[in-house]
Amino acid sequence: MPSNKSVSDAPIVQFTNCRILRDHQLQREDLWVREGKILNPEKLFFDEKGSADIQLDCKDSIITPGFIDVQINGGFGVDFSLATDDFKSGIDLVSQKILSHGVTSFCPTLVTSPPSVYHQVLPQISVRNGGAHGAGVLGAHLEGPFISKEKKGAHPEHCLRTFEAGAFQDLLATYGTLDCVRIVTLAPEMRRSSEVIQELTKQGICVSLGHSVANLSQAEEAVQHGATFITHLFNAMLPFHHRDPGIVGLLTSDKIPAGRRVFYGMISDGIHTNPAALRIAHRAHPRGLVLVTDAIAGMGLAPGRHTLGQQVVEIDGLNTYIAGCSVETALEAASLHPAQLLGIEHKKGTLNYDSDADFLMLNDNLYVQATYIAGEEVWRQDASGM
Amino acid sequence: MKLIILENYSQASEWAAKYIRNRIVQFGPGPGRFFTLGLPTGSTPLGCYSKLVEYYRNGDLSFKYVKTFNMDEYVGLPRDHPESYHSFMWNNFFKHIDISPENVHILDGNAPDLQAECDAFEEKIKAAGGIELFVGGIGPDGHIAFNEPGSSLVSRTRVKTLAMDTILANARFFDGDLSKVPTMALTVGVGTVMDAREVMILITGAHKAFALYKAIEDGVNHMWTVSAFQQHPNTVFVCDEDATLELKVKTVKYFKGLMLVHNKLVEPLYSMKEMGAQRSQSKKPYSD
Repeated sequence: MPSNKSVSDAPIVQFTNCRILRDHQLQREDLWVREGKILNPEKLFFDEKGSADIQLDCKDSIITPGFIDVQINGGFGVDFSLATDDFKSGIDLVSQKILSHGVTSFCPTLVTSPPSVYHQVLPQISVRNGGAHGAGVLGAHLEGPFISKEKKGAHPEHCLRTFEAGAFQDLLATYGTLDCVRIVTLAPEMRRSSEVIQELTKQGICVSLGHSVANLSQAEEAVQHGATFITHLFNAMLPFHHRDPGIVGLLTSDKIPAGRRVFYGMISDGIHTNPAALRIAHRAHPRGLVLVTDAIAGMGLAPGRHTLGQQVVEIDGLNTYIAGCSVETALEAASLHPAQLLGIEHKKGTLNYDSDADFLMLNDNLYVQATYIAGEEVWRQDASGM
Repeated sequence: MKLIILENYSQASEWAAKYIRNRIVQFGPGPGRFFTLGLPTGSTPLGCYSKLVEYYRNGDLSFKYVKTFNMDEYVGLPRDHPESYHSFMWNNFFKHIDISPENVHILDGNAPDLQAECDAFEEKIKAAGGIELFVGGIGPDGHIAFNEPGSSLVSRTRVKTLAMDTILANARFFDGDLSKVPTMALTVGVGTVMDAREVMILITGAHKAFALYKAIEDGVNHMWTVSAFQQHPNTVFVCDEDATLELKVKTVKYFKGLMLVHNKLVEPLYSMKEMGAQRSQSKKPYSD
């Protein structure tokens, strides 16, 4: 009956009876979607005299932007850091499986590996949109090998490298290509890191500080050169000390250039970081918190021994913690903040008009009930489940 | 004229909403038979709108066969500005109900030819068969729509320059910055509203008390444009106690004594759920 044709013939879906996360709070609003984008219903009403073709009752769900995981090493038996010629089927499997966890786009993460692995794997990663086939790939996160020996964590020591000789050229030689790289985690105390950080930033690649023994002034210098992220805050860095708070001190540093914001990734599973430490970070710098899974090949598998790159680690089940903050804050830390970190907040990480319609329906306990990418349902909890 | 006096704002709002609901339900709207409703903006009708939305949600009322005509809109304010009357109507009413966008009419304050826009609006009202019920509010200076003091009482839809009082009053919606307040508006004329078959005017709060006094106890006067409705055969003023402060005790007592009769306009309260066979038996319980 109504003519929705002035702009587009595509069907308009109105999600009703829901609370949507918009402008930092849950609001009782309907969510309108057309052609994979979030639609402004007021414009539709007044300018196009259009109305919804389909109305979907969300049964009082919470609707949040889809989660963006900027640090995921693999899962479901797949390890992104293992060189295979069939890397693609591995990434396909993970991107499909993480839909049920509410992840609608992610950065497949490679831990420190020998150059041969980068040369083999990176050309097989391509940035792609999400859909029924799985979550979107935003580009790779390369964690290492330019990191500190002292703070290598689970990274294999024999693969660690420096860029003392050729700076950015060394990095390029190690990785082979930067075409699909979104984030590089490095230790800023390494010689010539300033040059490398500047060059990466110039190329639009996000520089993250981690696996490092940097003191605060080294960290601040890295930020001044363009670094914007801290990889798994507290883990694999110097512990907070009041005379030199180290990288942790960036959360409250007054030497961050105006208009810039430093983000920090945290694994909120209650194991990697004590919930109290998470709360300290969050209270000091709430708008920088980025929740990451740092998931490894073992995610989604039974507890036991699993590989992480060149290592074998043991896992014992998965916990998730919400660190005593508001629902809105927790959801934004998994959606808005990573989108801002990557500079894609105009299309992802929010439910603003004209953004990609990547979103989740959650129940009041924040369990994912359904996942949507570009307005299409790509996963739904079985009615019997939960 | 009917003067309905309720205890407070929320009761006045509810009474007005019930009245609108009964009028629409009893009209028996359907395809080819649209109820035409004139609508105001401002803070006074908010309570009434939220009640109407509630009736819609409960299934008692539908706006599927209702055409609406808004009283006014600022000139030059972007349509999607949060203070535009388009935004007001969308956020407080239209987005919550089942009205079709093609049945909504709001003057376009950004039209290239403003007078042509106003003339077209009058034509649209005529084409819709005239307004069945025009709901309005008033300003403390007794203006109805943007018919500021001194407006002709037979005026039609046109461009109007706002009075200083109105600009000052509206500044609170524009960060208290006078320079941001639009100075012109498109508005239906007093004559346009007078043409409606029925007019309901909401007046609440002590700051409107003098205007209510001017509206009903003093003579018809173009400096208090709402007083024109003394000449309308079917006008209902709905007010709260505070708004009666300037009225004679005699006036207030008279109309309060009539509440028993006037309440029959909203009791029983009709619902679209039950209206089926018995539609269009619109009986008039009381008339003057």
